[in-house]
Amino acid sequence: MALRMVKGSIDRMFDKNLQDLVRGIRNHKEDEAKYISQCIDEIKQELKQDSIAVKANAVCKLTYLQMLGYDISWAAFNIIEVMSASKFTFKRIGYLAASQCFHEGTDVIMLTTNQIRKDLSSPSQHDTGVALTGLSCFVTPDLARDLANDIMTLMSHTKPYIRKKAVLIMYKVFLKHPESLRPAFPRLKEKLEDPDPGVQSAAVNVICELARRNPKNYLSLAPLFFKLMTSSTNNWVLIKIIKLFGALTPLEPRLGKKLIEPLTNLIHSTSAMSLLYECVNTVIAVLISLSSGMPNHSASIQLCVQKLRILIEDSDQNLKYLGLLAMSKILKTHPKSVQSHKDLILQCLDDKDESIRLRALDLLYGMVSKKSLMEIVKKLMAHVDKAEGTTYRDELLTKIIDICSQSNYQHITNFEWYISILVELTRLEGTRHGHLIAAQMLDVAIRVKAIRKFAVAQMSVLLDSAPLVASSTQRNGICEVLYAAAWICGEFSEHLQEPQRTLEAMLRPKVTTLPGHIQAVYVQNVLKLYASILQQEEQAGQPEAAQQATQLLLERLPQFVQSADLEVQERASCILQLVKHVQKLQAKAVPVAEELSALFAGELNPVAPKAQKKVPVPEGLDLDAWINEPPSDSDSEDERPKAMFHEEEQRHAKPRQAEVDEEELARRREARRQEQASNPFYIKSSPSPHKRYQDAPGVEHIPVVQIDLSVPLKVPGLPLSEQYVKLEEERRHRQKLEKDKRKKRKKEKRGRRRHGSLPTESDEDIAPAQQVDIVTEEMPENALPSDEDDKDPNDPYRALDIDLDKPLADSEKLPVLKHRNAQAPKPPEKEDVPVVEKKSKKPKKKEKTHKERSRKREEGRKGDDLDFWLSTTPPPAAAPSPAAATVQLGVSAVTAPKDDSEVTRREQVADEDDEALEPKKSTQKKKKHKKEKEERGKDKKSKKRRPEREEATEPVQNGAPQEEPLPPMSSYCPLAENAYVKMTYDVQGSLQEDSQVTVSVILENHSRSLLKNMELSVLDSLNTKMARPEGSSVHDGVPVPFQLPPGVSNEAQFVFSVQSIVMAQKLKGTLSFIAKDEDGATQEKLDFKLHFSCSSYLLTTPCCSDAFAKLLESGDLSVSSIKVDGISMSFQNLLARICFHHHFSVVERVDSCASMYSRSIQGHHVCLLVKKGESSVSVDGKCSDATMLGNLLEEVKGTLAQC
Amino acid sequence: MIKAILIFNNHGKPRLSKFYQPYSEDTQQQIIRETFHLVSKRDENVCNFLEGGLLIGGSDNKLIYRHYATLYFVFCVDSSESELGILDLIQVFVETLDKCFENVCELDLIFHVDKVHNILAEMVMGGMVLETNMNEIVTQIDAQNKLEKSEQITYTGLFCIGQDFSRAGLAGAPARAVSAVKNMNLPEIPRNINIGDISIKVPNLPSFK
Repeated sequence: MALRMVKGSIDRMFDKNLQDLVRGIRNHKEDEAKYISQCIDEIKQELKQDSIAVKANAVCKLTYLQMLGYDISWAAFNIIEVMSASKFTFKRIGYLAASQCFHEGTDVIMLTTNQIRKDLSSPSQHDTGVALTGLSCFVTPDLARDLANDIMTLMSHTKPYIRKKAVLIMYKVFLKHPESLRPAFPRLKEKLEDPDPGVQSAAVNVICELARRNPKNYLSLAPLFFKLMTSSTNNWVLIKIIKLFGALTPLEPRLGKKLIEPLTNLIHSTSAMSLLYECVNTVIAVLISLSSGMPNHSASIQLCVQKLRILIEDSDQNLKYLGLLAMSKILKTHPKSVQSHKDLILQCLDDKDESIRLRALDLLYGMVSKKSLMEIVKKLMAHVDKAEGTTYRDELLTKIIDICSQSNYQHITNFEWYISILVELTRLEGTRHGHLIAAQMLDVAIRVKAIRKFAVAQMSVLLDSAPLVASSTQRNGICEVLYAAAWICGEFSEHLQEPQRTLEAMLRPKVTTLPGHIQAVYVQNVLKLYASILQQEEQAGQPEAAQQATQLLLERLPQFVQSADLEVQERASCILQLVKHVQKLQAKAVPVAEELSALFAGELNPVAPKAQKKVPVPEGLDLDAWINEPPSDSDSEDERPKAMFHEEEQRHAKPRQAEVDEEELARRREARRQEQASNPFYIKSSPSPHKRYQDAPGVEHIPVVQIDLSVPLKVPGLPLSEQYVKLEEERRHRQKLEKDKRKKRKKEKRGRRRHGSLPTESDEDIAPAQQVDIVTEEMPENALPSDEDDKDPNDPYRALDIDLDKPLADSEKLPVLKHRNAQAPKPPEKEDVPVVEKKSKKPKKKEKTHKERSRKREEGRKGDDLDFWLSTTPPPAAAPSPAAATVQLGVSAVTAPKDDSEVTRREQVADEDDEALEPKKSTQKKKKHKKEKEERGKDKKSKKRRPEREEATEPVQNGAPQEEPLPPMSSYCPLAENAYVKMTYDVQGSLQEDSQVTVSVILENHSRSLLKNMELSVLDSLNTKMARPEGSSVHDGVPVPFQLPPGVSNEAQFVFSVQSIVMAQKLKGTLSFIAKDEDGATQEKLDFKLHFSCSSYLLTTPCCSDAFAKLLESGDLSVSSIKVDGISMSFQNLLARICFHHHFSVVERVDSCASMYSRSIQGHHVCLLVKKGESSVSVDGKCSDATMLGNLLEEVKGTLAQC
Repeated sequence: MIKAILIFNNHGKPRLSKFYQPYSEDTQQQIIRETFHLVSKRDENVCNFLEGGLLIGGSDNKLIYRHYATLYFVFCVDSSESELGILDLIQVFVETLDKCFENVCELDLIFHVDKVHNILAEMVMGGMVLETNMNEIVTQIDAQNKLEKSEQITYTGLFCIGQDFSRAGLAGAPARAVSAVKNMNLPEIPRNINIGDISIKVPNLPSFK
């Protein structure tokens, strides 16, 4: 034993260490590979030894070799051995090697689980640290699942060094094991406020990374981050937080408002450029989110753009780059603001730095308009000419095509110009993007009918020009354009000037040097061309010329028959036989042209990408079901086929025939035929066979070959695109003059507008040169609109889109290995896990509905906290009905941010104006606000949902242009008040039941006693009755389902059924309750009168203007009108008030005139036409019930009179 | 997230490669070659950001690099990282190396790539920035070195004999990166920009009634 140890250490003396290895490699420059393989052999020997030091040394060397590109995965097991060494030095070597070469596919990785767990709980912080670092690089889903709990424990370690590593690694764990996110999140959140700045920074890092992918789940953390932002001094953390806010503001514009000030402070105070830049970036994001939808506020954006311009003009290249980068963010939402800086962007195109040029190119994409397109492309073409380096030139080429083709060629007014640009691009040497140009040529020729003649002419010149064909022998992608050229010339051959010449060009021997797929297209289109020549000549009565063409084909086609490419060969021999047959017929002077061209009759339409995928599966069709029964294995080989089909026939045909009679069959056949007729994808069996063509030219699949050409290519006889630029300018000028004339002649029809284009204001004047008719891409009928196309189902971050505010369920607990954990520092663990367990037991016993309700309440509360933080003024004192709130919560995931923004705006205004206008109300509110704050502090459980009724019945959403912020409005009106309690109420029509209304009563206890046993009794009228619990009599009250501690308010709902809703009504009622304080309990009563206005029976119902017009035309509505004078409120607010208080929605608004619509719970239509004069407002109403209309208008009048 | 950290010299020889996403060895070498190709052809006074790098992830990614004497330090990051922040981080990294190696030069990186890895591990962990405070990093490294030394007493000095003359032999040739680091002035903020005014123009809300 002792001898062995001595031997080991002597061996080691002669071992190479890492430095020796490096030196050796440097000394063997000429036979490095040989030397290294020698070393690897030595290493293998060393790994066989027992001494861990030797092994560690070997692994250390392997790590170095891995960097040089040698695969060391064979040593994975040895690496694990070294990882498990007791000495830190070796352990670190092992973990480093593992982090460099382990990945999910490493099979021995599962062996590490226990070793890592042991290291994680090691008393030495270095061991733990090194294990965490290693694990962060090679964590697998299994490791993540098994170790999540151990790491979570470490997040509360006593040493900040471990804490910060544990926090950071959690992100990797979440990625690999998304289920661990929810259980770990509370602790992670806690770490945001860790006393150690490093831990804090790590937590910020992790949450920012999480929130970047799914920002909406982290909105509720905004207040916390805001606090951090104002308190932290670590620039790194600040940058992360500010970037995060940049991602959050689009979801919550109110947040943006809050951010502006601290961001401005930072901008002024910081000396770190990185921080400053991120601040500016986020300010931009804030401004964009605030100003979107408010076009009037683009002035601030304009300012930002100007500031960015300063950055871009800076001499520091980094700032220039970042300025352009930030600019592109603005471009997405405010293209016009950026467009004015075109000069600067174009200037950047000349920059020597490629990064900057590429950024500028990106910006150009969004800056083109109909006016500027030609000019910009011209400039880009000039760059193409002088660009050195193919990468940048190819980038330019793709950008030119992108710019021109964006949104259905929106900006192209002259397609002749575009075709000539494409043709000019074919002169590029050695570009990889021949297929791109080809695809564009095909697309334009197919979709723009008017351009075909011109395109065919150009393409025939391309086919004729030798250099392109010649270039194909070298490695070049540009010959791809010949594919398009040949196809266009063949398909639209009727437009060819000299078809014979083109035919000859396509049959030149040189063509055989082209790639196979292009030759195939040539051969196929030769036949098309031939068919059209025959037709022309036969019509002209020149059979000789036709025979000449036949002869030419017969001579030249054999060269394709010999092609090595199967496709070419097959097509060529097929066509050759056909032509031979034609020749025979021609010899007998039989006219054949008609039949031949019938082969290619019909129009080809473009099909939208993914159209096939979007064809809906017909109902009742199960694509996974067997059409034939799968053959059973027991059948013997020879008799199987027969038996299978025989059986099939019996099984399927027989029962059907029994059921379906002839008539039914005929009917079905007819239905099917009709369906097929309207189905663009069904190839009809009409007498003339339809031609098909390989839709997307399979160019992408062809290996792209590159070519170096020494001689620049030139295509002779091609018009320069510049000519077109000039022509177009002249044309525009003429057009403008004409237009001016026309204007003088007053109204006339507008200039022709192209289908599918959306001209901007300045562009409107320019009409396209040709009558351009863009054939839109076809989609299958009832195609399923699916947005999921863009989403990558493999996105690892999608799994992390998890609602973090839901309480934990039992199943979500992290797996705990109990016997191992015994040594781990455990106390903090206990805090979380038991809670989880407790919660999990309860819900099972309780009703499901209750569980849901409590969850929703919780959500509401969470929303509240954020709202509370975000709003600067207290929201109106009323609370919404739970029903409305729940409905709204369900929807709010999508709509809430928008709604909230309006609320803020309103509240902001309220802040400024309420004090001046309604001082009483405002102070009252403030008191309430204070009170609520106290509540919050005292008793969290009594927290109630905050009123957001405005959102639920948001009026302005309905399409009225949002120009102005709206005042805060509450539909809750006071009901009654005494020393103990204050009641406010709101009446809402029920959406489900047609003659029910829901009365929401807010009870606010402003005494010092506890109010309990509350009961509401109402005297029913003939028309209106209160819904009472089953079994109770008409005189019984309805109990209020809660008690009110001092200072607390809550809301109760009562349902009333109404028979006639055409009249407003009042009901008398009493609230009885017991007030209990230290001195004792007293029985108290409060009388009230419930007012059911006609408006409260209306439901906000959106209506489109067409339906509205029809309704008005129908003539069975009675008419009435009112006029109110002395109104100074803006029309916008006026409408909002009517919408809000009377549950109308705006159908259309033109200047100071608006039509509005609503529907009663019993289905009466109510239409209003509101007109604003100088200081008066007139309202004309139409309604299916005259009484109701009269009453409604009175109520509207009342509202308007307050304005 | 940081996707990869590469250090190579002016000839494209890798001095350190750290990938935070798994790639095969061949792909790693290809990435290093491609990155070197992209970075090395750029002039000295152009910006430090580079888009592209086809191999290492899509359009979201960027190469951010600094060139010190004979070495390129390249970070490949996605859009969650601040560009200028990463530039600063590279600076911190180099300064930390300088502290730990006492006047760092390319040779230190050549012979002690394991140590460079250890230093980096204290700064960036699994692609996320762990620590940006240089003193904190150096403290940890010192503590680890101390621990290492205490462990090595039993293994005598045999193990690190080579280290001492490694620099003596070849140190003459490569230029010193250190001085470059020290004098490198970080982009100064153009004070005249005065971006702060923006806030004033924030949507002015028209008053109600």
